[in-house]
Amino acid sequence: MVRNEKALSLQPNPEPFGPFAIMTDVSALEVRGLTKRFDRPAVDALDLTVRAGEFYALLGPNGAGKTTTLRMVAGLLRPDAGSVMISGIDALADPVAAKQVMAWVSDEPMIYDKLTPLEYLEFVAGLWGIDPAVSQLSAHQLLVSLGLEPHLHERCEGFSKGMRQKVALAGALVHDPRLIILDEPLTGLDALSARHVKGLLGDRVRAGCTVIMTTHILEVAERMADRIGVIAAGRLVAEGTLAELRQQNGRNDTSLEDMFIALVDAEAVAA
Amino acid sequence: MSSTAALSWFARHEIRLAWREWLAMMTGGRGKRKRAVIGLILFAAIMHLPAWAVIGRFADLQPPLDKPTLIVITATIFLAWALMLSQAIESVTRVFYARADLDLIMSSPARLTNVFSVRIAAIALSVTAMALLLSTPFVDVLVIGGGARWFSAFGVVIAIGLSAAAVAIAITVTLFRLIGPSRTRLVAQILAAIIGAGFVIALQVAAILSYGTLSRFAVLTSDAAAAYAPGPDSPLWWPARAAIGDGEVLALLVAFGLVALGGVMAIFSPKFADTVAHVSATSMTTRQAPRASAFRSGSRQQALRAKEFLLLRRDPWLVSQSLMQLLYLVPPALMLWRSFSDSSAAIVLITPVVVMAAGQLAGGLAWLTISGEDAADLVSTAPLPPQRITRAKIEVVLIVIGVIFAPLIAALALASITQAVITALGVIIATLSAAAIQLWFRVQAKRSQFRRRQTSSRLATFAEAFCSIGWAATAALAVSIPIAAIVSGAITAAILAATWKISPRRD
Repeated sequence: MVRNEKALSLQPNPEPFGPFAIMTDVSALEVRGLTKRFDRPAVDALDLTVRAGEFYALLGPNGAGKTTTLRMVAGLLRPDAGSVMISGIDALADPVAAKQVMAWVSDEPMIYDKLTPLEYLEFVAGLWGIDPAVSQLSAHQLLVSLGLEPHLHERCEGFSKGMRQKVALAGALVHDPRLIILDEPLTGLDALSARHVKGLLGDRVRAGCTVIMTTHILEVAERMADRIGVIAAGRLVAEGTLAELRQQNGRNDTSLEDMFIALVDAEAVAA
Repeated sequence: MSSTAALSWFARHEIRLAWREWLAMMTGGRGKRKRAVIGLILFAAIMHLPAWAVIGRFADLQPPLDKPTLIVITATIFLAWALMLSQAIESVTRVFYARADLDLIMSSPARLTNVFSVRIAAIALSVTAMALLLSTPFVDVLVIGGGARWFSAFGVVIAIGLSAAAVAIAITVTLFRLIGPSRTRLVAQILAAIIGAGFVIALQVAAILSYGTLSRFAVLTSDAAAAYAPGPDSPLWWPARAAIGDGEVLALLVAFGLVALGGVMAIFSPKFADTVAHVSATSMTTRQAPRASAFRSGSRQQALRAKEFLLLRRDPWLVSQSLMQLLYLVPPALMLWRSFSDSSAAIVLITPVVVMAAGQLAGGLAWLTISGEDAADLVSTAPLPPQRITRAKIEVVLIVIGVIFAPLIAALALASITQAVITALGVIIATLSAAAIQLWFRVQAKRSQFRRRQTSSRLATFAEAFCSIGWAATAALAVSIPIAAIVSGAITAAILAATWKISPRRD
């Protein structure tokens, strides 16, 4: 059985790549020519690079191909063409090794109604082969930090969407991934819960973890992301820091929302 | 809109919902109405053949009937009533928990007593309509063979449909009051699953204990039953008399059904709103006792298996389904027990019953573990190859089947080692076949959709049923006529191979 050699610390890992330190200059995610067609092209020869230790926000209108892209990166969807490298691992050739260092959280929290949050985290830790002594402590601390302490022994069937999302997020973090991919993680969360989640993700990034997140809440991208990518019709139409995006847009005082709308409109006109 | 117009509008809405729900059930949610209707007509036409074989010989029955005949007809009608009752309990439970719809109704300015009266009537109507649909081939056969007087059997179906709906509503609302909403759901599901089967099984148990046979008719047609039965004028025989054309009794029965339903509507409609509000207000939270033990260590497959076992244990619907499968094992187990004392030849019958029960149970379990994965994304993004995930899930099915059937097979070994070995092989092959079919036809779904698992692929459902029957027959023949078992086994294997060939996931 493959075990995570690095013991999970209760605090976010200060040494992000642990045994994989040689990979520190390797991109956390490198996507080249990624293509997926359904009835029409959903993702169209997409190139995307996310650096290690970066908070990357992927924005785009509905149906732009954000979720399809991330599902292919997470190994949930087979691309028609292209390559996906995660921390230097070819995710299409060796998906198991790639999955070991990555976590996926979708907008619709998929958890088991009949398990308690603690049981759910025990299962996730078991699937990732984490030492139980480490994962138990880590699971408890994660659930407490997300405000779920009163519900540790309640089955998830009675939980609100926000609580379910927090359990799913705790599940994604319990195996201490190097790359966390989140698809609209703040949907359905109240202000306090959203702050908890944002705080937790911020801590992980500060500790060297890489976060890629899609969101429709542009204010979150504006405040949290190191870099922002805008995707439309399956292609990356703009990318950079907020300042770089403003520079590309030719106006220093414009908001991300204005830039986003201008980019998407321009892409729609071009199409 | 006047009160009457509002009620008839709501009744139309209810009927439309019931129709669409039925259509979704028949088409697996694909909504092909024309195909569903044609399929239904074809099914009804084909059903005339088995109906002819089963009850064609009773078409000439003329009053007055003798006691054994009255007992058999009454027991058959009671069985139909029990099945309708189980379906009605299931419908009522579904109505209570369909919260989105109920929230809308409860927040509307409509008079809730009236609205829920209509809803109760709609439940009765859908239960009765379904019963009429299923009974039509049988009544047709009787009418063709015995004349128009048998049309009165439709009246009996309507009468028992109304009374079954009335009793179901009374039972469910009373359960709500007594044990609360969350337990009611579990108890109602279990009740619904075992009520219909329970009657048949009870007759079989009685037959085995008295006559050493699996035939339920042995008890019904016995002298002892005739001796205990009341005289021909007893109201107990009214359904049987009405079925063969006694118009006066039929009118009384229909009137009784209507009065029962009306009474239930009058008593329970005002309480329906309270009960629904109670369900909505009561938290569905179930607390587990805080565990003292640490997280378990083990392989990734062990983690998967542990999760599956835990979910299976906590799944009320599966508990009720399993209970029903296990109930069917009670008669063969009893027969086995009897055979120790009198070395009955009927012990051969145990093998097909056990093999078939294993195949059916394995089909349900395999659906739950393979298709019914609530956190499919999580498992798919876990760092282990898909083959190992599948293997762990199939191991769960094999282990559960092993735990349930091993004691019975061990007991069988005490009576006949050869038969026990054949039965064990039959159980293993039937289980693997069912799991393979589920694997080839898997469609990701929520575990809560277990009730509709048959509708996702009709082909898989039929293949699963044919394989279970085929392996059961093969095992029975292997015990009694081994050469014939080779033919039967080859046919069943061919069915399985054909299923694989046309399955969407044969890679």
